[in-house]
Amino acid sequence: MGFYDLWKTQDPDETLARIDAATEGDVRAALDARRPTLDHLMALLSPAAVPFIEEMAQKAHELTLRHFGRQILLFTPIYISNHCINQCVYCGFNAKNHIHRRQLTLEEVAFEAATLARTGLKHILLLTGEAPGVATPAYIEESLAILSQHFTSVGIEIYPVDEPGYVGFVKAGADSLTVYQETYNAELYKTLHPAGPKRDFRFRLESLERGVKAKMRGINLGGLLGLDHWRREAFFTGMHADWMMNTFPEVELGLSLPRMRPHAGCYEPAHAVTDTDIVQCMTAFRLFLPRVGITMSTRESAEFRDNVLPLGITRLSAGSCTSVGSHTEEEGSGQFDISDERSVLEMAANLKTRGYQPVYQDWRQA
Amino acid sequence: MNDWFEVGGKKFSSRLWVGTGKYPTDGMIPAMCDASGAQVITVALRRIDFSSETDNVMQNIPEQMVLLPNTSGARNAEEAVRIARLARAAGCGDWIKIEVISDQRYLLPDNLETTKATEVLAGEGFHVFPYMNPDLMDARRMVDAGAAAVMPLGAPIGTNRGLRTREMIQILIDEISLPVIVDAGIGKPSHACEAMEMGAAACLVNTAIASSSDPVGMGRAFGQAVSAGRAAYCSGLGATQRIASASSPLTGFLGQERA
Repeated sequence: MGFYDLWKTQDPDETLARIDAATEGDVRAALDARRPTLDHLMALLSPAAVPFIEEMAQKAHELTLRHFGRQILLFTPIYISNHCINQCVYCGFNAKNHIHRRQLTLEEVAFEAATLARTGLKHILLLTGEAPGVATPAYIEESLAILSQHFTSVGIEIYPVDEPGYVGFVKAGADSLTVYQETYNAELYKTLHPAGPKRDFRFRLESLERGVKAKMRGINLGGLLGLDHWRREAFFTGMHADWMMNTFPEVELGLSLPRMRPHAGCYEPAHAVTDTDIVQCMTAFRLFLPRVGITMSTRESAEFRDNVLPLGITRLSAGSCTSVGSHTEEEGSGQFDISDERSVLEMAANLKTRGYQPVYQDWRQA
Repeated sequence: MNDWFEVGGKKFSSRLWVGTGKYPTDGMIPAMCDASGAQVITVALRRIDFSSETDNVMQNIPEQMVLLPNTSGARNAEEAVRIARLARAAGCGDWIKIEVISDQRYLLPDNLETTKATEVLAGEGFHVFPYMNPDLMDARRMVDAGAAAVMPLGAPIGTNRGLRTREMIQILIDEISLPVIVDAGIGKPSHACEAMEMGAAACLVNTAIASSSDPVGMGRAFGQAVSAGRAAYCSGLGATQRIASASSPLTGFLGQERA
């Protein structure tokens, strides 16, 4: 049985109703739980938990310190192609958007990799849009091989492929897989993805399982907060993470909480997600899954990232640019806008002043 | 008291082993080593970037320390063996702590894979220190596989919950011919002291020191606790009883007859 089979047993409306119906007593029970369950997660994500946010934050901070110490892994994304045949209504790479389409040559990949490596970073995330005819699996594999020469850990955040496809990426040097489901609400998913292969909700939902079977060491998942009710989205994200952990206990799991940002298509998020919401979501995740990695992206402002640092974060992107070739060129059309534009050096210095140690290398792929 | 701790072909006066993870800054490590008196330090090979001048934990490990590289990140015997060989090739010596973790929820060690890796690496001349769940039969297998010591956990790593596996560790101490080094779960100096009083050969402490607000002070406290516990063990603890000894024993009336 895959996660899809579990997911389809959960009615979205009923799920939201159960979250909204949680009581103060449910929240207290969740805060005291030795091993929080999915019901506890619902309570922690509920409106009833809002008055407990400080208590949740204190507990999340203590758990994070105990399991991760005062250390934050830094990584950077590298966008190698923004060609895309999907029409995700919220994304800057939408096929209908008139942006400058570009794909790095392998020589350019090597040049960008060498430039990025000079920052001292050792973990990198390769990203593309979805255009398998242009950014082909073979092209991605060649790019991975190049990145592996400069970085000790290389992740991918690209279009979903089948299991043999992931095996090829692992052999080429990828050791972690990031796939955001965007929304776990299948009806909404259809309207947000009107055309292109990404319309296949189930193929995307099961991509992480295929990745693990192909021997990816690490898996990162999340919903794009703002597309649907964030409490429901966060619950399904937590449920997905919990299922992955139970089914594949050896995998290093990471969660992200990306929140909708403005971009070229000017999509307005249907559900505003406030700073308080993000903090509740992050601390609920930490209490529910104490050892899971949590990433905070540069979509968020420097000030906000600094403020939430102690609440559960274990990984930060730094020196990020979301357009192709952007690490060595002046400008491009990004997938979304960056809020935190600090360089790796600035980020590292900032962490140190806050009593945290920036970590550049936490894995060395063979 | 002449109480050397001999293991892995080396001899130590301290029985506190320390780690390098979770510090707010690796720059604290030398002062912590100095304050704690520790002579052995473990480091995750996955974290070592030998080429870096800014992010190389090795630069903060005092020269006199004996290095115990560990295979953190390994999920099976094969990966542990690969990491151990890398460590030796990188000049980290021939001591290796085997950590094989195939469960990311609790980070509990996989004894079966750990034993397999122990056998391979001991055969290659490593001094192998397997981190394990305290199970007598598995410990015996590790002894047979050529381990230099066994390193049972007191509680799940990072939990600071103390000697939750106390009874099992006591059995290992009583039954295993190799040194038993308690690793993981020790949250405060009294836990380490207790392990030493029980007869553990040494304790490895990382989280409780590194995540303290004063790692140097906490390192010193652990050093003292381990010494105190060891001294108590060597001196022989007084026998304990469940009930007080009555000054007027119930069978006192038998005295004359027994005499």
